[in-house]
Amino acid sequence: MSTDTVRRFESSLDALDVGCTRTDPAGFPDALDAVLDPPAVGVPLGIDGVSLDGTPVETPPTPRLLREAETGVTPAGKAIAEYGTLVVDADATGCEPVSLYPPTHVAVVRERDVLPDVEAATDHLGARFAAGESSVFATGVSSTGDMGALVEGVHGPKHVHVIVVEEEP
Amino acid sequence: MSAGRERRRKAEKIRHLLETEGDAVHENTTVFNEDRYEVTERFDDFEALRDEARAIKEDAIERLPELIEELRESVEANGGHLYLADDAADANRYVTEVAAEEEAETLVKSKSMTSEEIDVNEALEAEGVDVWETDLGEFVLQVADEAPSHLVGPSLHKTREDVAELFNHVFEPEDPFETAEELTEFARDYLGERIRDADVGMTGANFVVADSGTITLVTNEGNARKSAVTPDTHVAVAGVEKIIPSADDLQPFVELISKTATGQDISQYVTMLTPPVDSPTIDFDAPDEPLGSGDGERDFHLVLVDNGRFDMREDEHLKETLYCIRCGACANSCANFQHVGGHAFGGETYTGGIATGWEAGIGGEEAADDFNDLCTGCSRCVNACPVKIDIPWINTVVRDRLNRGHDPDAFDHLVEGLTPDEESAGVDLQKRLFGNFETLAELGSKTAPLSNWVASSRPARALLERVAGIDSRRELPAFERETLVEWFDARGGSRVPQTGAEREAVLYPDVYTNHVLTERGKAAVRVLEALDVHVRIPSAPSSGRAPFSQGMVATAEAKARGVSDRLGPYVDDGYDVVVVEPSDIAMFEREYEKLLPGDEHESLAEHSYEIAEYVYGLLENGGDAAALRDGTGVAVDYHSHCQQRTQGLEGYTVSVLDAAGFDVTTSDVECCGMAGSFGYKQEYYELSMDVGEDLREQFTDDDALLAASGTSCVEQLGDLLPRDVTHPVQLLAPR
Ligand code: SF4
Ligand code: SF4
Repeated sequence: MSTDTVRRFESSLDALDVGCTRTDPAGFPDALDAVLDPPAVGVPLGIDGVSLDGTPVETPPTPRLLREAETGVTPAGKAIAEYGTLVVDADATGCEPVSLYPPTHVAVVRERDVLPDVEAATDHLGARFAAGESSVFATGVSSTGDMGALVEGVHGPKHVHVIVVEEEP
Repeated sequence: MSAGRERRRKAEKIRHLLETEGDAVHENTTVFNEDRYEVTERFDDFEALRDEARAIKEDAIERLPELIEELRESVEANGGHLYLADDAADANRYVTEVAAEEEAETLVKSKSMTSEEIDVNEALEAEGVDVWETDLGEFVLQVADEAPSHLVGPSLHKTREDVAELFNHVFEPEDPFETAEELTEFARDYLGERIRDADVGMTGANFVVADSGTITLVTNEGNARKSAVTPDTHVAVAGVEKIIPSADDLQPFVELISKTATGQDISQYVTMLTPPVDSPTIDFDAPDEPLGSGDGERDFHLVLVDNGRFDMREDEHLKETLYCIRCGACANSCANFQHVGGHAFGGETYTGGIATGWEAGIGGEEAADDFNDLCTGCSRCVNACPVKIDIPWINTVVRDRLNRGHDPDAFDHLVEGLTPDEESAGVDLQKRLFGNFETLAELGSKTAPLSNWVASSRPARALLERVAGIDSRRELPAFERETLVEWFDARGGSRVPQTGAEREAVLYPDVYTNHVLTERGKAAVRVLEALDVHVRIPSAPSSGRAPFSQGMVATAEAKARGVSDRLGPYVDDGYDVVVVEPSDIAMFEREYEKLLPGDEHESLAEHSYEIAEYVYGLLENGGDAAALRDGTGVAVDYHSHCQQRTQGLEGYTVSVLDAAGFDVTTSDVECCGMAGSFGYKQEYYELSMDVGEDLREQFTDDDALLAASGTSCVEQLGDLLPRDVTHPVQLLAPR
């Protein structure tokens, strides 16, 4: 993806008060360490050269970890620059609950998976739905106005951080 | 109940809601509304996507039976079940059976209006299942045992203080709750526990994709995700109208719904589930086993609810309701709703402008009887609706049907002769009087000033209030002895000869300009002539706006026919039609499409211009602004009419006043609150004044001139502010 798209993504995230780190695979452990609030739970990232092995992130997720972890680390299959949206592709590893239960969500996305807009995600989604799969567009942090003022962190995370991994060419 | 008592009961209910819930509703809906304007204005694709969304819905409802079968195949191929429920009882029976099979003790729900519609909570609780609403707004209502007041923000009639008081009373915490954070944290933890314990998760669905069986849920809190994915069994309840053909069709709706609902670019979570989902099962009773390792299996039931929707599909006028994506924009953009909320402006389940369509479709017209009149037809919701539903038309149609269903009024004989309409007996006397305003105006002018003295006499006002519910706190329009048409004839017609004139125009003598506000008509003539227009003012029937707004559609049709027959030949001869009253130009441009056969309305619509729009065109084409009055340095507060704004006509007045040098301040309220007859009605007088308050607050410079284009707005502003109100054309007319 063009650097313009990633830049747009970053500025959308900024507007949502969501932090963003750009790193190459080698820098990933440090980038993760900097934003991790332990204890942490995660699922495999499926990104070449990037792994949770050797980080404090515990895998596989258990119910206790869902309840007690401060941070959940998951991949995002795609991201949408226009709105700062993460496309969380639900799968059997538990990407969906891990991105949802802990108060902080750290999402890891490959640079080339940052798409310009919702329309550009249509093919990705179409293929997933056709295969019986599910995805979530997650934008910013969980919030509510139902108690008479805006409060962040309701049933979903109160903090979100995105790590964009620039892969080697 | 007698009509008079019924009106007093309504007035009392509205007064109570204005006092108790009005402020919170106002605050919340106006924020949604302002944010919607902001986000849609900067979104270039908005109009194109509205068209696209509309087309997708039209197609989907057209092909509904076929899509249901396709969806059934998709859901079953995924390993889920689809049940098509005829009505609420049928849906509830299925859901309670699923709960029984799962031996469910607890069921957690995310917000779903359709589940409110069928009262599934009661059905489940009757079978001993504990049901918990996990959307915080719905949870508040569950605790308070109240009905939703808004499609999107069900508890937005409650302030933080209200919720704190409620929770402190019910949950008796050691340290009383005060802040929204404390309340949210408590509710989240309380509900989190219920979600972990739940045997079944129930959600609604905003959209259901036929070719994959994917359901889409749009939320900000994350509760729908949790409710769907934590318990092994997921039941989704959705109206049959939620189906769209394929994943490709999702994008326009995903883009539109959050923008029109809450003014967000996109909601926090757009959850697209193709259940049973791949996410591993979560067994909180085995906390240290990896997710998915237990023997639990995911199960999914999609309950599609008909409950009147197939009949709506066959109903030429109600059908459009099925395109509704329940974003609530028609409530947020509605001045009446902003002030009184869904507990008055809504039925059993649904709220706001579109509630009439939903409630009438599901429960029959009677279900909309109590609140349908709160739609004044101001049309402010029309451009807000993401699927382009003609919401005021649906309200008018249902009003018409309700009119026909009512028993004849005991006082009908009193107004015989004054009400030569096309309606069957039974139309409420109040509606009949307002609907036949033209006849009253004709008689009023003929007998003026006597008619004005009589009408404003105390006994007459008391009688009007008692019999017809015309509030005596309102001043009645005073009829001019000499109508505009008579004045024009008496002066010998146009002072600009036809030959050599820049343009030839018919000035349409609408009933107010002809009988009541004749000065604005005379000013219009002077302005047009100053710009070298040859003017004619033939007598012509009223536009039908008055009967239309009372739901007297047959009468409005007859008027439209009369106007078309009268003005059509002028249009054919190359005349332009110039209209002073904005509610009438809106009639020609919008409502006549419904009232005249085929595309007959098109030529009149195309050749008609609101007066300022016309003047603007003349100036743009070389007309000399110096021929108008010089307004340099003069401050003007200008309020554009609601329907004028919907038609995109506000800007012309502002531009023309600017061109003449005036220093213009505009209002940005949706409606003045008078809205034709609405503010005259005894039961709505207080609401009307409450709405007007927003407008009053915008014009604080008592030294500025005050101008408004609509007759209603002139009347309302006259009651709100201690200043004279004129039509802008009166400011422009050369002396
Ligand atoms: S009618 Fe239109 S604006 Fe109103 S809730 Fe439905 S979709 Fe939204
Ligand atoms: S037409 Fe006006 S009064 Fe009627 S629902 Fe729409 S905004 Fe409300």
